[in-house]
Amino acid sequence: MLDNSEGYVTEDGRKIGGVVMEMKNITLRFGGVVAIKDISFDIREGEIRAIIGPNGAGKSSMLNVISGFYVPQEGEVWFHGSKRPPMRPFEVAQQGIARTFQNIALFEGMSVLDNVMTGRLSFMKTNILQQAWWKGKAEAEETENREAVERIIDFLEIQHIRKTPVSRLPYGLKKRVELARALAAEPKLLLLDEPMAGMNVEEKEDMSRFILDVNDEFGTTIALIEHDMGVVMDLSDRVVVMDYGKKIGDGTPDEVRNNQEVIDAYLGVSHD
Amino acid sequence: MPEQLVFAMEVILNGLMAGVLYALVALGFVLIYKASGIFNYAQGVMALFAAMTLVGIMKGQVPFAHLINAIFGTHIHYFGWNVPALLAILMTMAVMVLLAWAVQRFVMRHLVGQEPIILFMATIGLAYFLEGVADLMWGSEIKTLDVGLPQGINLWIDETTYNIFDYGFFIDNLDIVATIIAALLVAALVAFSQYTKQGRAMRAVADDHQAALSVGISLNFIWVMVWSVAGFVALVAGIMWGTKSGVQFSLSLIALKALPVLMLGGFTSIPGAIVGGLIIGVGEKLFEFALGPALGGATENWFAYVLALIFLVFRPQGLFGEKIIERV
Repeated sequence: MLDNSEGYVTEDGRKIGGVVMEMKNITLRFGGVVAIKDISFDIREGEIRAIIGPNGAGKSSMLNVISGFYVPQEGEVWFHGSKRPPMRPFEVAQQGIARTFQNIALFEGMSVLDNVMTGRLSFMKTNILQQAWWKGKAEAEETENREAVERIIDFLEIQHIRKTPVSRLPYGLKKRVELARALAAEPKLLLLDEPMAGMNVEEKEDMSRFILDVNDEFGTTIALIEHDMGVVMDLSDRVVVMDYGKKIGDGTPDEVRNNQEVIDAYLGVSHD
Repeated sequence: MPEQLVFAMEVILNGLMAGVLYALVALGFVLIYKASGIFNYAQGVMALFAAMTLVGIMKGQVPFAHLINAIFGTHIHYFGWNVPALLAILMTMAVMVLLAWAVQRFVMRHLVGQEPIILFMATIGLAYFLEGVADLMWGSEIKTLDVGLPQGINLWIDETTYNIFDYGFFIDNLDIVATIIAALLVAALVAFSQYTKQGRAMRAVADDHQAALSVGISLNFIWVMVWSVAGFVALVAGIMWGTKSGVQFSLSLIALKALPVLMLGGFTSIPGAIVGGLIIGVGEKLFEFALGPALGGATENWFAYVLALIFLVFRPQGLFGEKIIERV
């Protein structure tokens, strides 16, 4: 199934488009350790795609390959129908791929507002001299981007901490600010590395709601890594399952749930 | 008014002026530290290098003349022209940007994600390397620098104070100019780092390299920018100190005076650098004036360091530094 190249319609009636990103036979090695072994999968426009697997399966490595932090030794990354040349992470970001990190990577010394504003940097085209002069172009640009940022801050319900330095925020809110910063870039593809790790039930529910809302409201394509099985199965349209760097399953949550190899990997069957 | 008190007032005023110059050097340190998390030991040498380059360009000196003459047996030293001050300053700034690029390309780029102490060590190496290059490029003799800044006693202050106190204060015009320039510089730098997109990117890079990359900031570009700004501050400090006391290698030692200034003010605070500079400037002049004769004089050499030491005991983060609270 799912070989229909024009996309499909989900059970809840969302239209999923064609393939946005395709990973072809990716292999990533660190010295002698093979972190990812010959994995291929695709991500379709408007879908929520989950990557799951036990600890050390290579999920984060995969996300790092997509966002350009790791360069695979073998394989090709196709984005919007063309093969991506080797790129540095900031160039990948400028192409419209935003991400969050497993261990929150925010600018601790800056306010929430400033943090989210950094997400807009690629939209700001004025040069140093125009910025120094400020009046005219630079000012208009700042206002315009500020408005976009305020909309996202409203959307994620973090208005009350706009001016607070990030270092003073509790963990759950930091995660939300990081999501806001990624969203500010209006990404074509949003990568979330364990968005709910270390959260309590209530925070997890909030975060799930935000992820669904983002996908629904902005039509953002999302690829996420998550440990909480319940959450993954509820959220995602399709799931890739990894174990020891290999792909052992790929399909809808129901298909994956009934896949014997996946069940073995999670329940711990010996690998002989 | 008693004569001693009037005299002390003059000492305080002069101390304030000297403090501005200390603050100017300290600013360069704070700026790079805030923007890149690196304590740039080479800041003082950069000021020296900038001042020497400025003099060299103004006088039409041939760079690396000694080296060229030694290799080819020639006797060239000067091009035979003089470059106007403003043009020479612009050219020196271009050289400082080039230097910034070289620092980034050959040093910093290879140290991404390293511990701050490693980066600090790299700047120590850079300081000595740059001192050597400056020597080789422009020669080691003491030079005078005159870019047309007003110098000498300010007659208006002299007359006014004479009319009031019966005693004319001696305030150097250059110190007044330095104060105005320092104020403008600080205002410009604060505006730049707080309100422009480049400033925001700069603060982002200082905070977290990975996160900065993930929002599309090029680390290389930002670092060249940070070092260029530091080069600019060094140039301003170099012009001020060079005009005041001649361009000579001891200029790089004034950078050491910036250390107690920073301990006092806090390494991360621009206002701290200024207030710290002023406290040390006034403090050492007053101390010398009040207790110098009793202690055998030359207390200015060590007063700043002792003051900083005392400060470290009671307020290690400095007057304006961010207090670091670790959650356990």
